[in-house]
Amino acid sequence: MKAQQSIENQSPGSRLPLLLIPALALTLVCLLLLVLGLSPLTIGRALASGSVGNWLKFSHVLSVWSPLLLCSCGLLFTFRAGLWNIGIEGQVILGAICCTAVLRLPGGLLPPPAVLTLALLAGGAGGGLWGILAGELRNRGGVNEIFGGLGLNFVGQGLVIWLIFGPWKRAGIASMSGTDLLPPHFWLQSPPGWRVAPVALALAVLTLAASILLLDRTRFGLRLRAAGTSPGAARLFGIEPDRISLQAMFLAGLLAGLAGGLQVTAVYHRLIPAISSGYGYLALLVVMLANYRPLAVPLIALFFACLVTGSIQLPISLQIDSSLAGVIQGACVLSALLVYGLRKEKS
Amino acid sequence: MDVSPADLLAGVTATAAPLLLASLGETVTEKAGVINLSLDGTILLGAMTGFAVAATSGSLAAGFLAAAAAGTAVAAVLSLIGTWLGQSQVAVGFTLTLLCRDLAYFLGTPHARQPGPQLLASPVPLLSDLPLLGPALFNQSLPVYLSFAAIPATWYFIYRTRPGLILRAVGENPAACWARGIRPRLVQTAATLAGGALVGLAGAGYSLALKPGWGRPQGCEGIGWIALALVIFGGWHPVRVALGAYLFGFLQISTILLQDLFPSLPTQVFQVAPFPIMIFTLILIHAGRNARGRKQRLLLRLFRGRPPAALGRTYRQA
Repeated sequence: MKAQQSIENQSPGSRLPLLLIPALALTLVCLLLLVLGLSPLTIGRALASGSVGNWLKFSHVLSVWSPLLLCSCGLLFTFRAGLWNIGIEGQVILGAICCTAVLRLPGGLLPPPAVLTLALLAGGAGGGLWGILAGELRNRGGVNEIFGGLGLNFVGQGLVIWLIFGPWKRAGIASMSGTDLLPPHFWLQSPPGWRVAPVALALAVLTLAASILLLDRTRFGLRLRAAGTSPGAARLFGIEPDRISLQAMFLAGLLAGLAGGLQVTAVYHRLIPAISSGYGYLALLVVMLANYRPLAVPLIALFFACLVTGSIQLPISLQIDSSLAGVIQGACVLSALLVYGLRKEKS
Repeated sequence: MDVSPADLLAGVTATAAPLLLASLGETVTEKAGVINLSLDGTILLGAMTGFAVAATSGSLAAGFLAAAAAGTAVAAVLSLIGTWLGQSQVAVGFTLTLLCRDLAYFLGTPHARQPGPQLLASPVPLLSDLPLLGPALFNQSLPVYLSFAAIPATWYFIYRTRPGLILRAVGENPAACWARGIRPRLVQTAATLAGGALVGLAGAGYSLALKPGWGRPQGCEGIGWIALALVIFGGWHPVRVALGAYLFGFLQISTILLQDLFPSLPTQVFQVAPFPIMIFTLILIHAGRNARGRKQRLLLRLFRGRPPAALGRTYRQA
């Protein structure tokens, strides 16, 4: 289970057009809908109007896009280092917990913007710590990062639930709806008519730019690739693969934790049991569909965010379960894996 | 709540049964060198398919068969893209996990919270009245009996039959098998499909027997990951894997009992607690095994195991 070869699909052996990927995914999903007696056109229109129908809806898409992009950027580092960071889900959760913890401190000492900044930083640190834990389990314990990460995901989920139903429960009665709302001065505010906090958006865009630079224009990026593709050769050049992978895990956890902090401060304004919204796992799909290339990540994340947002209204408007979004996303990634596989096979 | 040891044991064997089926299925698959990471989604898809088919047709047998077919179909996709087209098995399996989960929720909506058939216990006459072990071993539903039979059957198949030998050989060194006239990819495909069928069955074991019904959440979310962890940390040995499954069953049952001892802790914590405890128990055992200057204590010897050498690697035929 060690990453024995580069994770990326690099050799475009045959000239099978990549356009085949969306075509195949679309065909599969349409077939499924037709078999169920549903009209793909109606559903497609509903998905589109629910995501890009007007600015309010599109700004909602952007509020999904920001944390998703942060997680995806983090995963670019771990994938580049040859690691399968499934623990990203728990890293988002820990970020949300640490961020909430800072915001719940008895206040008054610092002005709210400073507390908010500290809280987001704490979120990043919490996520980073969770990433390092999975990395150390792998380096020292010989535990594959997939299983260490999964275990930590379960721990994170347990922690959130314990906090919400235990120490941080709402005044009166604890419930699945989460903790009490934060006071509004701890919210990352959205302008009127917007559903996304500009701060969150800016953070995501800056992170993307920084990640692309780091990955493709610095020595660090090169070291990551070396540690990921051939750890043995990397060692000969004085690169410590274990240390590099730990750094990658920390970076991924940091960005995921930041995403968790945004979920608390910009989206839900409280801690809820499903605070991660599954964005960690979704980001894994985003990066896979982007074929691990940084430049394609923002577009695919945007497409996935549109699906997530567009499907919210489906149960009400068309009596269709919103898990359709996940089906479409999965079909896209599976098609991509199939097409890349065919290209490899023909080469 | 007072629980007799006999009831406790019966609870453990019943709780562990579907998990056992899934993890033994995965053991067979991984022995051939293929990782099927899609377990968590496949179990849900199997649960949904089994329940939906049983509810519409009125036949429990049809439900179980359909669940096995669903598991086989997912495994076939993994085989095609992973084994035959050479894509990373982890990538394909993970994608399938999420896809199958959402597919199960999506297709299962009409059946959510609907009444449906349920498999009841079929006690073995006389034997079920045995003290202590009677209820645990002889007053159970069919999937539980199947899970009992599956442990020695899997062991016998893997270690005492010729096809089992070929299976292990392919998992260790596919190139050498190819030279001996065995077609590694075919063997791997067969092992993946068979394992997938068992995983699908496990799903029906939940929706038709252990946690009857379909809904969101169904109650078997996360089990697939436990099954995967069991196989790896159980050292790819069916008997050790089975022990792990019973340990998890015991954890799940005991958290229900512990709830009475710690009334201050919320119930929801007890529902999620077995998952991290299980994975970290396995990790600790594993880490203890890898530690330097190790002493071969009985417990550690029990859990020693080595992965099939070609596990997760795509065999590229010349």
